[in-house]
Amino acid sequence: MIQLYNVSKKYPNKVQALNDITLNIQKGEFVFLVGPSGAGKSTLTKLICREELPSRGQVIVNGRSLLRMKNREVPYLRRKIGMVYQDFRLIPNKTVFENIAFALEIIGASHKEIKQVVPAVLRMVGMETKINMLPAQLSGGEQQRTAVARAIVNNPVLILADEPTGNLDPDTSWELMKLFMDINRRGTTILMSTHAWDIVDNMKKRVIQLDNGVIVRDEEGGVYSHDH
Amino acid sequence: MIINTIIYYFREAATSLIRNAWLTVASMGTIIISLLILGSSVLLVLNVRQIASDLESSLEITVFLEDGLEQDRLDELREEIKFVPGVTVVNFVAKEQALEDLEESFGDKAELLSGLEDNNPLPNSYTVKTREANLVPEAARELEKLEGVEQVRYGQGVVEKLLALTHWVRIWGSLALLVLGVAAVLLIATTIRMSVFARRREIGIMKMLGATNIFVRMPFMLEGMIIGLTGGLVAVLIINFGYLSLLNKVMLALPFIQLVDDPGNIYLVLGSLLGAGFVIGTLGSTISLRRFLRV
Repeated sequence: MIQLYNVSKKYPNKVQALNDITLNIQKGEFVFLVGPSGAGKSTLTKLICREELPSRGQVIVNGRSLLRMKNREVPYLRRKIGMVYQDFRLIPNKTVFENIAFALEIIGASHKEIKQVVPAVLRMVGMETKINMLPAQLSGGEQQRTAVARAIVNNPVLILADEPTGNLDPDTSWELMKLFMDINRRGTTILMSTHAWDIVDNMKKRVIQLDNGVIVRDEEGGVYSHDH
Repeated sequence: MIINTIIYYFREAATSLIRNAWLTVASMGTIIISLLILGSSVLLVLNVRQIASDLESSLEITVFLEDGLEQDRLDELREEIKFVPGVTVVNFVAKEQALEDLEESFGDKAELLSGLEDNNPLPNSYTVKTREANLVPEAARELEKLEGVEQVRYGQGVVEKLLALTHWVRIWGSLALLVLGVAAVLLIATTIRMSVFARRREIGIMKMLGATNIFVRMPFMLEGMIIGLTGGLVAVLIINFGYLSLLNKVMLALPFIQLVDDPGNIYLVLGSLLGAGFVIGTLGSTISLRRFLRV
């Protein structure tokens, strides 16, 4: 699903965010990306959805080399990737329904299709009763569920989650993780960067630890850190 | 698929136009005013040009001849006049004819001239026309040199001033039109940039969800087009009715002035104005969006 070969990323301001990373994530895997702030987790995520291009090395997502990909092909790559962020990134003046419908409008779905698909996906994340509410009227957990619903509505092959529980309390975080596990069980690959050590320790999934732009640990069924 | 997207484009554009009603009104107003000035200037220039060329074509040189020239010399002189560069038409006016013309122009006071028939003081003359109005002064100088010519007259001074005037009206008119056009483009660009800036987070989310650039751009372009076309249409209607009523008034009050009243020409001007509105609106939105699409 995701292959990186000797990838380095140096930003124009001379910051070396990643240094010679090689990594392979299979289809259907659930992978945690851990490490201190500034370790390069966000940069790695940005390389995979081609928000940034590597300074050196190859990035291959879903069988396509992102370096050779033309700019006009990028939108079609992103439709295969569902993204979930710490700050939810919902459109504030659109309702829950409209926020999710928006992802479908972008790919040119019909009104009829939207009316069928949106309630179904909202039922899946347990948000069917809040369908006409605005993001500001929702709790953090509810907003993140809505964001997850939007991320999966186009049936992506990969979900990139950038600290999705960062703004949520522990109980809500667990609810969200159950949702992610559900999605993963249906075959969607998930790459989630996080600081939530208790979640990582309990889930016993593959853990990739970054520090200073290099992979210091890549372990199946790992824990957040061997230091604590 | 495409139909759904097109419906989406129009819905988004309409929502944005309504949500930013004040900006919409402001930019439409600017386009209307710019195009009104633009259109009036074009019509003014066209009319000045038409009046100028009317005056130019009625321009002629009168060559007064010395008294007592033989018929042979008169014929020779006609050939010599025809040989002067730029001269196209030469007509002989005998002194008797000149007196008749004068009497005619005196109308019922013609008896003042009675008694002059026996001792006609008016000279024989040739009236000469040139190919172009600006050849008149040069031709007149040449004609003065011919033997048997007493005096050469044309509208000395007036013609040159008229030509200079039309020249300046044309230059300043075009310049003003250009400045107004650029100002309108910038204003629309600013207006749409504000609306884009207010929605830059939304644009970021759209790009994250896999929206193509054209998908992000189309609602804004439509917004600009609608503003431009509506503004253009209002300006065109105002100019059309304003100019038609001006034409009627001038025709009644000043029948000797022939204004541009050919519908083809007027519609060409109005159509161009509408096109200008469209281009200004579209261009303004395209320019301001480019920066925000690089995500």
